[in-house]
Amino acid sequence: MDRRLFVARLLAKTPDALVVTGLGSASYDVFAAGDRDHNYYLWGAMGGASSVALGIALAQPTRPVVVITGDGEQMMGIGSLATIAAKSPANLSIVVLDNGHYGETGMQRSHSSLGTDLVAVARGFGIAQVQQLQTVEQADALAEHINARKATTFVQALVHADEPPRALPPRDGPFIKNRFRSALGLQPF
Amino acid sequence: MNANPNPPPWQKDIFQAIKDAGVQQVAYVPDAGHSYVIKSAIADPEITDVVLTTEEEGVAVAAGAWLGGQRAVLLMQSSGVGNCMNMFSLLSAADIPFLTIVTMRGEYAEFNPWQAPMGRATQAAMELMGIHVMRVRRPEDAHEVVSAALDGAFMAGARIAVLIGQDVIGRKKWERN
Repeated sequence: MDRRLFVARLLAKTPDALVVTGLGSASYDVFAAGDRDHNYYLWGAMGGASSVALGIALAQPTRPVVVITGDGEQMMGIGSLATIAAKSPANLSIVVLDNGHYGETGMQRSHSSLGTDLVAVARGFGIAQVQQLQTVEQADALAEHINARKATTFVQALVHADEPPRALPPRDGPFIKNRFRSALGLQPF
Repeated sequence: MNANPNPPPWQKDIFQAIKDAGVQQVAYVPDAGHSYVIKSAIADPEITDVVLTTEEEGVAVAAGAWLGGQRAVLLMQSSGVGNCMNMFSLLSAADIPFLTIVTMRGEYAEFNPWQAPMGRATQAAMELMGIHVMRVRRPEDAHEVVSAALDGAFMAGARIAVLIGQDVIGRKKWERN
């Protein structure tokens, strides 16, 4: 499927979701879908996106929290899926845009092209709701599920290994942090 | 985790300081020196305990907690500090308040040479990544130092590590009789 169409469709139908992005293409996809105050873009800290989202999800149980990241980024922090399963916050969903490649560094094949089954891995870690999506239209049902905040969810979305034009979110960390907290009615500190 | 019926007072003091500061998330990798704090966090309905597979996850969880409006503390051992190095950049890049409490290995009366390289590099490694290091040198100082670190982190927005010396923790009994 087309990654930009899928992400744009998903985010259009989850307007209240707090969104954390893994570095690289996932960040560009989310930003290209429209900047929002309650997006938290990672530009580094590879492997940390789903753990950042876990901390947010535990602190904000009434808001849907969505991680949008890539297969390489999630693999680097793969143990975080066990940590997330242990807490199983019902408002947390992890959406891995899986193109089977490291797009940011020259399209080397990633582990999901080399035998790793991310859906089986997530299920094995104990995440109850696990699914693979193959079409853009499936974003609609996923959005409904995210908005309902019924179960910790892991989604592998199979996307084409192409590189859409870069759409670069702000890199100013304090700005993104303060804007995100402000959107939740929180002071800087 | 050993169910020690008589936890050392300094461990109780650390938990009390955390409670007094309104910390609502405690992320940890299991550790004997933190066992009382971990057990208390699990038992406390006002605290969410997050058991980690590796310490670097805890850096990110703590950052997320702050983004979501809660205070978090990360508990780890000095051997885990090296696992966190790149993840610390998450804190620096956005000036995120952060407190970790670290039980030291590899210094006083250490029996395991494998603990020495990371233990001896812990303070410098933290400082290289822009984290201010405070030390508990005597058990009776634990409450004051941790309380001061909590103020620094959550009132001044600093990134702070409190290192609990191996001489405070006590010699590890490694031979089982």
